[in-house]
Amino acid sequence: MPEPLLRLDDLTIAFDDVTVVDRLTLTVQRGETLALVGESGSGKSVSALGAMGLLPSNARIEGGRRLGDTDLATLSGRGWRGLRGSRVGFIFQEPMTSLNPLHPIGKQIGEALRLHRGLTGKAARRRTRELLEQVKLPRAEELLDAWPHQISGGQRQRVMIAMAIANEPELLIADEPTTALDVTVQQEILALLAELRDHHGMGMLFITHDLNLVRRHADRVCVMHHGHMQETGAVDEVFARPQSPHTRLLLDAEPRGRPVPIGSRTPLLEARGVGVSFQRPKRLFSRRPPPFEAVKPLDLSVAPGETLGIVGESGSGKTTLALALLRLGQGRGEIDFDGARLDRLSGNDLRRQRRSLQVVFQDPYGSLSPRLPVFDIVSEGLRFHHPELSLAEVERRVRDTLREVGLPEACASRYPHEFSGGQRQRIAVARAIILEPRLVVLDEPTSALDRSVQKQLVELLRDLQARRRLSYLFISHDLAVVRAMAHRILVLKDGEVMEQGDCRQVLEQPSSDYTRALVAAAGLAAVD
Amino acid sequence: MNAPSTETGIAARRPSRFSPITQRRLAVFRDNRRARLSLWIFAALFVLSLAAELIANDRPIVMQYQGQWYAPVLVDYPDTEFGGFLPSPADYRDPFTRDEIDANGWMLWPPIPFSYQTLDRALDHPAPSPPTARHWLGTDDQGRDVLSRVIYGFRLSVIFALVLTAGSLVLGVLAGGIQGYFGGKVDLIGQRFTEIWSGLPMLFLLIILASLVEPNLWWLLGIMLLFSWLGLVDVVRAEFLRARNLEYVRAARAMGLPSHLIMWRHVLPNAMVATLTFIPFLFTGAITTLTALDFLGFGLPPGSPSLGELVAQGKNNLQAPWLGITAFVTLSVMLSLLVFIGEGLRDAFDPRHIQHAATPRT
Repeated sequence: MPEPLLRLDDLTIAFDDVTVVDRLTLTVQRGETLALVGESGSGKSVSALGAMGLLPSNARIEGGRRLGDTDLATLSGRGWRGLRGSRVGFIFQEPMTSLNPLHPIGKQIGEALRLHRGLTGKAARRRTRELLEQVKLPRAEELLDAWPHQISGGQRQRVMIAMAIANEPELLIADEPTTALDVTVQQEILALLAELRDHHGMGMLFITHDLNLVRRHADRVCVMHHGHMQETGAVDEVFARPQSPHTRLLLDAEPRGRPVPIGSRTPLLEARGVGVSFQRPKRLFSRRPPPFEAVKPLDLSVAPGETLGIVGESGSGKTTLALALLRLGQGRGEIDFDGARLDRLSGNDLRRQRRSLQVVFQDPYGSLSPRLPVFDIVSEGLRFHHPELSLAEVERRVRDTLREVGLPEACASRYPHEFSGGQRQRIAVARAIILEPRLVVLDEPTSALDRSVQKQLVELLRDLQARRRLSYLFISHDLAVVRAMAHRILVLKDGEVMEQGDCRQVLEQPSSDYTRALVAAAGLAAVD
Repeated sequence: MNAPSTETGIAARRPSRFSPITQRRLAVFRDNRRARLSLWIFAALFVLSLAAELIANDRPIVMQYQGQWYAPVLVDYPDTEFGGFLPSPADYRDPFTRDEIDANGWMLWPPIPFSYQTLDRALDHPAPSPPTARHWLGTDDQGRDVLSRVIYGFRLSVIFALVLTAGSLVLGVLAGGIQGYFGGKVDLIGQRFTEIWSGLPMLFLLIILASLVEPNLWWLLGIMLLFSWLGLVDVVRAEFLRARNLEYVRAARAMGLPSHLIMWRHVLPNAMVATLTFIPFLFTGAITTLTALDFLGFGLPPGSPSLGELVAQGKNNLQAPWLGITAFVTLSVMLSLLVFIGEGLRDAFDPRHIQHAATPRT
C-alpha cells in the first residue's frame, strides 16, 4: 500500500474537558474519496477542522496527523498558512455565506492565486478563467466580474470549488458541500468533484450525513457516532454488511412504509385557480413590468385523512402556495375548506376557521418562541379559542397532547432551547394538533433533521393521521419522505404544476421530464 | 378523566420567573463589576435624594413643644402655634420661634438645615459665600445653600428623565411596533410622518413657549415628550419588521391569534432587547437637555433647584469657583454612572457575549 496522503492516528479533540472526538484513526489515499459520515453532533466536521488546525484556541488536540511527509502537529502559524489553500483545499456547506458579497467573483478566486503563487494581473485573470471553465460554469469571462448575489446557489458552490482547487491541492476537504442545494444540482456538483479528483489525482475527504450520497460518490467510508469511529471500510462492504449497530441504524433510517389508506373522497380542502403573483416595483419613466407569478393558478384538493405531497426544488413556490392556502400570504382564487369559502372570510370568522387549519414549519429553531416555556407555546391557541376552559382542563389537554406526540409531560415547564431539533418539531406538532384541526400544512417538517429522527417524525405523523383522521398538505423536496407520507403528489417547478397524481404512480412512471430527473437524482432505494 | 392530585399545575411548576435568556443576561450584567457598582451607587444616590426633605430642609423633622408632638416636615403649622403673632406658617429658623420652642421642648433638625430655596441672611461673606462648616459647598449668589440645591436638583433631574423616558418608551414602542408589524401603507405613512415631525425644531418651540406661558415641569415634559420618542421608532420598527416574518409569529397567526396579542406576546419581547439598550442613552439625553435649557434660562421656573441654573451661576460668578466645580462634578458623576450602567446593559444584551459564555458547538 502506498504512503497515504492524509493520516490521522488516534486524533482526540476536546473542548474545555469535553471530548468531542475520541481516538479517530483514518487515512486518505491519493485519488480516492473517503466519506466521513455521521449525524449532526457526531464530530465529523470538528475532526476535519481539528486536523487542519482551524479550531478555536480552547480546543485541545492530541494524536498524530500527517499530510504526505509534513507533520501537522508541529506546524507553525506561517507553516499552516502556506499549507491551507495551497496543499489543502476546503469547500464548506453554506454557499450563500462563504463568498464575500462585496468582492467580484474573479477577485476572490484571484486572491488565493496571488497569495500562494504570486500570480497577478493578466496571468491571474487567465488562470481564474481556466478554473471557472474547469468547474463548468457558463460564460466564464462575464462571471469574473459578477457579484456573488448575481449567481445561484449551485453556481456559488462551483465558484467555491474553483477557489478550493485553484492551487491544485493534494487534499480536498468537502464539508457537506451539497446539503444546501437542490437534489438535481447536488448530483451535478458531486459528479464534478469526482471528475476533478481524478483529473488532479487529489485525495478527497467528503463529510456528509447523507448515506445516499456516500453510496454513490465515495470509495471508502468511515462512520462516526458521538465522536467515536464506529466502523470503516470500502463503501460496498459497509453498506452490504454493516458491522456496528449504529451503522445499521443509519442505513435503516430511510423513512419507509406507505401512508394509511383513506376512505371517503369528498374533498375537505378544494382550491380552484389559486395563484400568487407579486407586483414588481415600477422604475421611474418606464412602464410597470408584468407581475412576477410565483405560483401560476392551479387546482388541488385534499380529502379527509389524505396526504397531498407538494414536491419541488427551492424557488418552485411550494411555501408561497401553502401560505396562500392558509391565508397567511397573498394569493387569489377560490379556496373551499370544510364547507366555508376561506378566501372570502376575514376578521373573526377567519380566526375561528383557523382552528381547523394548522401549520408546522420547517425550522425547528425558528418556529418556537425562545421566551416562552413549552406549556405556554402549546396551550396558547387553546387558551385563546376556548377561554371557557379552566386552567386544570387546559393543563390536562396539554399533557395529553404532549404524550400523544411522544414527549414527556415534565417538559411542559422547560424552554425550547433545552430540546433537540426532533423534539422541537414534536412540540410544534403538539401546538398544531391541540386545537383538533382537520388539516395540517407541514412545510418541510423533516428537512432540518437527521435521517433517523426524520423517520421517527414520519411515523408519528402517520400515526396521528390514522388516529385523528387528519389531512396533511405535506411540502417537501425529499422524495423519500414524501413517498412514505403522501397518497397523492403534486410536482411544482417555477410555480407551475408539472404533474399531479397518485404518489406511487408518479414516482414509478413519471410522465414529465422534470419529475424523471427528480426521481433519478433522489436515487430512492427500492421499497417493499 | 383521572387527573391525580399529585399533578398540581404544570404552569405553576416553573423553575424560575425569568426565561433562560433573561437569566443569562442578568448573569452577564452581574459579572460586569463597573456596571453593577454604578447601578448600586446610582440607585443609592437616587433613593437618598428621594428623601431630600429629610436631609436638607429649613424646618425640623420632628419636634416636641409643650408636651405635644409636631412633624413640621409634613404639616404646615401656623406661627401662632408656637407663641408667635402671625397666622402664616411658622419660620423655625427665626431666633424668636427657635428660642421659644427650645425653652418648651426640643427640635430634631435635618443634617443640612437649609432647603433649596432658603435664603441665609446670616452670612459672614457677601453671597456667593465660600464653603464653610455652615454651608459645606458654599452658597450661590442669592445666599442659598449649594449642597441642598444639588440634592434637590439631582432628584428633579432624575425624576424628569425617568418620566420622560417612560413616556417616550410607550409612545415609541407603540408607533414603531404598529409601523413595523403592519408594514405596507401604514409603515409608509408613519415613516413620512415621523420624518416631517422630527424636522420640527424642538428648541425653538420651547423658546417660543417660554415667552407665551410660564414654563413649568409639566410643560417642559410635554413638549420634550412630543419629540423624544422619535429616536426609538426606527429601532422598534426594524425589530418588528424582522420579527413579523419569523416562523413562530406566523405560527401564531395561523393559530388565529389577533394582532395585538401576537405583538404583545411574541414580537414585543424580542423587540425589547434593542429598546432596552437604548434606554440609558435616552435617559442621559433627557438629563442633558433639561440642564441645557435651564442653563439658557428657558427651562424650569426661577427658583427651582436645577443643575443647569447652577452651571449658569458658575459661569456668571467665576470668582466663586465652588459653584462651577460643584455643578461639573455632580453632572459628570451622574452622567458617567448612567453611561456605565448603559454599557453594562448593552453588553448583557449582546448575543456575542452570551455565546461566548456558552460551550462551543461540536
